[in-house]
Amino acid sequence: MKQLMLGNKAAARGLYEAGCCFVSSYPGTPSTEITEEAAKYDEIYCEWAPNEKVALEAAFGASLAGRRSFCGMKHVGLNVAADPLFTMSYTGVNAGLVIAVADDAGMHSSQNEQDSRHHAIAAKVPMLEPSNAAESLAFAKLAYELSEEFDTPVFLKMCTRVAHSQSVVETSERVVPEKKAYEKNIPKYVMTPANAIRRHPMVEERMKKLALWAETAPINRVEKGGDELGIITSSTCYQYVKEVFGDSVSVLKLGMINPLPEKLIRDFAASVKRLVVVEELDPIIENYCKTLGLTVEGKNLFPVTGEFSQNLVARAFGLETPETWKLDENIPPRPPAMCSGCPHRGMFFTLKKNKCTVLGDIGCYSLGAAPPLGAIEMTLCMGASLSAIHGFNKAGEGENEKHTVAVIGDSTFMHSGMTGLANIAYNQSNSVVIILDNSITGMTGHQQNPTTGYNIKGDPAGKIDLEALCKAMGFERVRVVDPYDLAACDAAVKEELAADGPSVIISRRPCALLKYVKHKAPLVVDTDKCVGCKSCMQIGCPSISFKDGKAHVDATLCVGCGVCSQLCKFGALTQQ
Amino acid sequence: MKTKNVMMVGVGGQGSLLASKLLGQLLLDAGYDVKVSEVHGMSQRGGSVVTYVRYGSSVASPVIDEGEADFIVSFELLEAARWLSYLKKDGQIVTSIQQVDPMPVITGAASYPENLVEKMRATGAKVDAMDCLKLAEQAGSAKAVNMVLMGRLSHYFDMPEEAWQKAMEVIVPPKFLEMNKVAFHLGKNAN
Repeated sequence: MKQLMLGNKAAARGLYEAGCCFVSSYPGTPSTEITEEAAKYDEIYCEWAPNEKVALEAAFGASLAGRRSFCGMKHVGLNVAADPLFTMSYTGVNAGLVIAVADDAGMHSSQNEQDSRHHAIAAKVPMLEPSNAAESLAFAKLAYELSEEFDTPVFLKMCTRVAHSQSVVETSERVVPEKKAYEKNIPKYVMTPANAIRRHPMVEERMKKLALWAETAPINRVEKGGDELGIITSSTCYQYVKEVFGDSVSVLKLGMINPLPEKLIRDFAASVKRLVVVEELDPIIENYCKTLGLTVEGKNLFPVTGEFSQNLVARAFGLETPETWKLDENIPPRPPAMCSGCPHRGMFFTLKKNKCTVLGDIGCYSLGAAPPLGAIEMTLCMGASLSAIHGFNKAGEGENEKHTVAVIGDSTFMHSGMTGLANIAYNQSNSVVIILDNSITGMTGHQQNPTTGYNIKGDPAGKIDLEALCKAMGFERVRVVDPYDLAACDAAVKEELAADGPSVIISRRPCALLKYVKHKAPLVVDTDKCVGCKSCMQIGCPSISFKDGKAHVDATLCVGCGVCSQLCKFGALTQQ
Repeated sequence: MKTKNVMMVGVGGQGSLLASKLLGQLLLDAGYDVKVSEVHGMSQRGGSVVTYVRYGSSVASPVIDEGEADFIVSFELLEAARWLSYLKKDGQIVTSIQQVDPMPVITGAASYPENLVEKMRATGAKVDAMDCLKLAEQAGSAKAVNMVLMGRLSHYFDMPEEAWQKAMEVIVPPKFLEMNKVAFHLGKNAN
């Protein structure tokens, strides 16, 4: 049956049909839905792991045990999983192992726009790159066949537009291959120098064999359309090229991006007068063509940054784009903002009020850097807040520690905050760490994590006690505050900054968007009492606006958290 | 058939995903090739969001570019104005007149432009503007703005009423179906 399916859901369907039995991932936009959709199939064991490295190693273990396994992540997650990846390339697999990595050109929801193809090349791991949902499904299945035939993990490389676009797919039945027996094989699986040195030549040999396979693989195909212009492309860029040119130019559509097919590319280049590579982000195919000595164009016409589109491709070739309407009006931007009732807001307001230097981390709470709070001064990568505050305070000669705090979410803390905390405890910096515990992985759309007590299916699971964990690491000062209580937040921040020795403040209140969170009645403004001082607007709540010289609360948005009313000296904001 | 383009724009959390799902189902049932592109992740948190729906005999790109949209369906007035350059020269805007202040307006760094419907019309663009929130509330829920807008869009679509009904039955959970059908009709028949 034909149906519309999200690229990520189609990839999950591919896992299902290929008989995948084990999935371990860490959420990250735009990869998250692959694992969420896979978890809807009862036949597949699925889990959220604490981070991508753990997830990939778990998937490797399942492959060793003889079951087809999967691990999904976003591009920056692959940096975390790079350690096992590079050596897994040497060991190879037992049952098939597929790794999905989703790039985010244009940075819709990411801190950088690195190109994952570099990782595939550097780790010498084959990479398939679908251009729509139907290919996401088909390539996921093909990836398992390649993984087992060539004894290697295989990448399925997604990008935002493939992952988050729905297109038409046709599904088929699930076929589960027979479980492969696990056999002890020390030279293959124990990567000590003596063994690894024998495996490396096998990796090189495998890449040569895969390159030969790529020469005639149907997923790398030439679509002939005259000899004036030939375009080499893949992924979503293929769709933009087809949108602009239809069948009027020749196209080499690559479904496998590593390794690249030398002869196929040479023959294609020889068949056209002008050769152009259309690829988002880095010039990887283009540079490969250059190493072959081919005359090729690419980044002389196209940007290295951002997403492409049909108009961008048309303009690069000097073609006209449609006329547009122009409105002569200053349209204010609408950046994402912390939601009404967000538990992070009260803590960020407190930090701003106390003029703290705040080293931040990755999650919804990075929105604390936006006006009017502007409370975060650094965001780097998962877990960096805790490691960086240690260095900042050690090098700060007793000055920085008086006003600096690190903030990190519960899921990010589990991901890679614990090791930073261990460094503070071990090497003894006088650092204040605030764990913003909203009891969920928020930004990626509410995934469970080791602190929530539930698993990916919403069933009860193990629950890590943050207070006990911090105490076990040697922190004597561990306290919990409710971020809806501004006075308590203020006292906690002041006291812990003044205290001698490191401390942890757990700012605990579940995300206001969680279904089980009961909202209170919206606040109302007593216009007789409101003097229009705008004190309540310092917290940047989307429910509060200023109308006719008075504060106004949007009753459809307000969830009654009451933080604004604590700022009103005139008692003008009250619960109905 | 040349590819047709419908853009849905609004503020994160306004329910555009369900509307695009409905449209996708409707067009798939009608035998078209369809692509729908969505936004997930950070921009959903109260930011400006856009969904692209494209259909035709064979659709390549999943996104709609400037000057290409046959329709812009907008859940919020400022967003209709923001995305105006994406409208085709003979395209049609269908917009709710609801206004949601963005953070720069809340903080006082910017002001919400006035008379946007008139200003958009003054450029020559075709703008169908109505109070969708009021109609949705009349149907039983402020959340039904998406179905009010779909009803209005159906006005301009060469597609039988039954086809919309059928797609709604597939997409909308049974307990909300009646209310959504009412909202659809209110949108369709509004003056």
